[in-house]
Amino acid sequence: MTTIVEKETPTVIKSTVFSQGAWQRILAFASLIALMAVFTIASDNFLQPDNLIGILQATAVNGVLAVAATFVIITGGIDLSVGTLMTFCAVIAGVFLTYWGLPMPVGILAAIAAGAICGSVSGTLIAKMKIPPFIATLGMMMLLKGLALVISGTRPIYFNDTPNFPMISQESLLGAILPFLPIPNGVLILFVVAVASSLVLTRTALGRYTFALGSNEEAVRLSGVNTDFWKIIVYTVSGGICGIAGLIIASRLNSAQPALGQGYELDAIAAVVIGGTSLSGGRGTILGTIIGALIISVLTNGLRILSVAQEWQTVVTGVIIILAVYADILRRKG
Amino acid sequence: MTPLVTIRDLDKSFPGVKALKNARFELLSGEVHALMGENGAGKSTLMKILAGIYRKDAGEICIEGVPVDIPSPRAAQDLGISIIHQELNLMNDLTAAQNIYIGREPKRAMGFLLDEEALNRAAAEIFERMHLKLDPRAEVGQLTVAKQQMVEIAKALSFRSRVLIMDEPTAALNNAEIGELFSIIRKLKAEGVGIVYISHKMDELKEISDRVTIMRDGEYVGTVPTAATAVDTIISMMVGRSLTETKTEVPDLSSHDVVLEVRNLRRSNVILDVSFKLRKGEILGFAGLMGAGRTEVARAIFGADPLDDGEIIVRGKPVTIRSPQEAVRLGIGYLSEDRKRFGLATGMDVAANIVMPCLSRFLSMNMFLKTRAIRETARSYIRQLRIKTPSDAQEVRFLSGGNQQKIVIAKWLARDCEILFFDEPTRGIDVGAKNEIYKLLNTLAAQGRAIVMISSELPEILRMSHRIAVMCEGRLTGDLPAEGTSQEDIMRLATQRHSLTTDTSNGAPGGSTT
Repeated sequence: MTTIVEKETPTVIKSTVFSQGAWQRILAFASLIALMAVFTIASDNFLQPDNLIGILQATAVNGVLAVAATFVIITGGIDLSVGTLMTFCAVIAGVFLTYWGLPMPVGILAAIAAGAICGSVSGTLIAKMKIPPFIATLGMMMLLKGLALVISGTRPIYFNDTPNFPMISQESLLGAILPFLPIPNGVLILFVVAVASSLVLTRTALGRYTFALGSNEEAVRLSGVNTDFWKIIVYTVSGGICGIAGLIIASRLNSAQPALGQGYELDAIAAVVIGGTSLSGGRGTILGTIIGALIISVLTNGLRILSVAQEWQTVVTGVIIILAVYADILRRKG
Repeated sequence: MTPLVTIRDLDKSFPGVKALKNARFELLSGEVHALMGENGAGKSTLMKILAGIYRKDAGEICIEGVPVDIPSPRAAQDLGISIIHQELNLMNDLTAAQNIYIGREPKRAMGFLLDEEALNRAAAEIFERMHLKLDPRAEVGQLTVAKQQMVEIAKALSFRSRVLIMDEPTAALNNAEIGELFSIIRKLKAEGVGIVYISHKMDELKEISDRVTIMRDGEYVGTVPTAATAVDTIISMMVGRSLTETKTEVPDLSSHDVVLEVRNLRRSNVILDVSFKLRKGEILGFAGLMGAGRTEVARAIFGADPLDDGEIIVRGKPVTIRSPQEAVRLGIGYLSEDRKRFGLATGMDVAANIVMPCLSRFLSMNMFLKTRAIRETARSYIRQLRIKTPSDAQEVRFLSGGNQQKIVIAKWLARDCEILFFDEPTRGIDVGAKNEIYKLLNTLAAQGRAIVMISSELPEILRMSHRIAVMCEGRLTGDLPAEGTSQEDIMRLATQRHSLTTDTSNGAPGGSTT
């Protein structure tokens, strides 16, 4: 009988693997810093505290939506309905608070619950009925856009009866405690959502299965895991987060604008992709997504300060997305 | 007369394997030349080199006595060599004629427009030559598999092929369709086309081929005239004499409980009335050729594929298993033959893969991962199975095949499954790692786990099994004791097609030598 002599484990291999996740975040973070440096040099106004807070404020909605999209994209799916779902949830909050005059916490819960329910519907269409994610969420996107208009009678719903509603995103809880840090609540919510999501993805069974589904769904199924169930849960969580985004945007506008929402999904997906999450699934980080969302906001803000026309801002964003994905492909090859 | 094709001293290596060593082959025009050998004997590799799909490392290929170089499939086509793969390569949404002339469409209007009429006319001419009734405008996806195969042959002929290689052409055909295929082969033969016919099915070879070349372990064994050679002679040439390593002792298991029994399993035409019993501590070898339905049986019992009919009894209790989840709950594990596709999340780390089936055991508050416990468990299996990895955080894709296989095994050990299906556990693994896997299987059986080992390697089956079940075309054709069984016995049962068992009495009721 042969005895197998155990060889010393080679220690050289580790560097190639270890640096991979870190490298993509460093790349995205470096681009963010570089962008900020460029704008700082180009304009004195860029690095002003007010402007920086403006950038963060502008990132809040897209950032939260992008976090929602990150979950789904890591499973190897896609969610085109995040934008209109956000609006739908804002309208639901409007119905509960303005139409029915219920207390604010009820409205908040209703908006988040509505998002979760819609997410679970998308998840069921995809997991149980085997409709491709692109199609299922395209359908949901249009369906929800229509429903938001129907429910609101195509008119904005104002939150005049709920005086505290603008507080959700506008005022600064943090500023009240630490006066030198007047970060608006919307940004604080983004921070909390991002940290919580990051914990879920790295520390919980749900997170583990999210990555596993995107990595090799069939292997997971053959491990005896109920993949359909977990996929539905992922879409449900994602939907709930869209509900939070709905609250932020409604609070900022002090109204639910039913016509808004379409187009937001593309910004969210762009942030996820720029942040290094693979569209083929299995890989991604919340930190990357947040950096991606910041890159988009900084770019929009900086170009506006430099008085670059809106049309050109869109052109530049497009170029950035293509470059980011190409960088990702190069990294994978190498 | 100069042979159409002469292959001499051909060598070919793939990373880690020597696929061909001094391989030889000769094809005359107007001949049907069968190529036989066990799985992995090098038949397909040899033919893929002839068809320009692989490059040879050394050796010579002559067409009509002239040495040639075949760097690409295109070059092979120019030399008049065509191959019809086991998996058909057709575009289902295009018509038969469009498929045949893909990339070479006749044009009109100075090359701006496709000449659909000329295309269909040319295809019709080829069908005529094959005496085949088929509309060139028929959409390929709507045709039967047999007709699709005819389209592939027509495509090969459209290159004015003199050499036609067919790899398992009858795998998906019924008897009537096989007859149709054979009549076309005979017509081509009469026109002087040389045909290489790769198949495992003895009765077909007897019917259609003139000569048989046998290969084993990448080497040429011999060429014999089909008509004058007995089937048994061909089989013993295929398996060879060289054997056998220390065989495992077969323990007396008659007093052990039956942990798994299946009765009359049935799934369309891939599983036909399969019944067997498995005892605690037993290693039941499942032998057969590729596509015999062994994997399908395992997947069906595991709940990965649906069953049409049949009973599954686990530890004396009849059960219904509708999903892998239910199978795992009953203590059944399945180690897929295709580790990368079905066994591992290769982009995730070693620890994550090992605890995948039993993650619920590593949660606090039913939600949060107990990272330290996970890593400790992973490390203990890394030590126990001697998995060579820099750490438990290494991504699985960077490990070798043998180590990946050990991770799949660790996965099911961590889940503590009592009944384990090993589907080709040593495929793509080097000899050293193979021995370790064998040792591991024996240890598991000695610990009281019940094991089904599916393998296409006969020496492996003979070495490891306590009992051997043989399958052919979805049916169980034999249940042999491990002792006193030879490779020939198994091979005879593994090639025992339904037509043969009903027509002749040739070794029908169990082939066990007494």
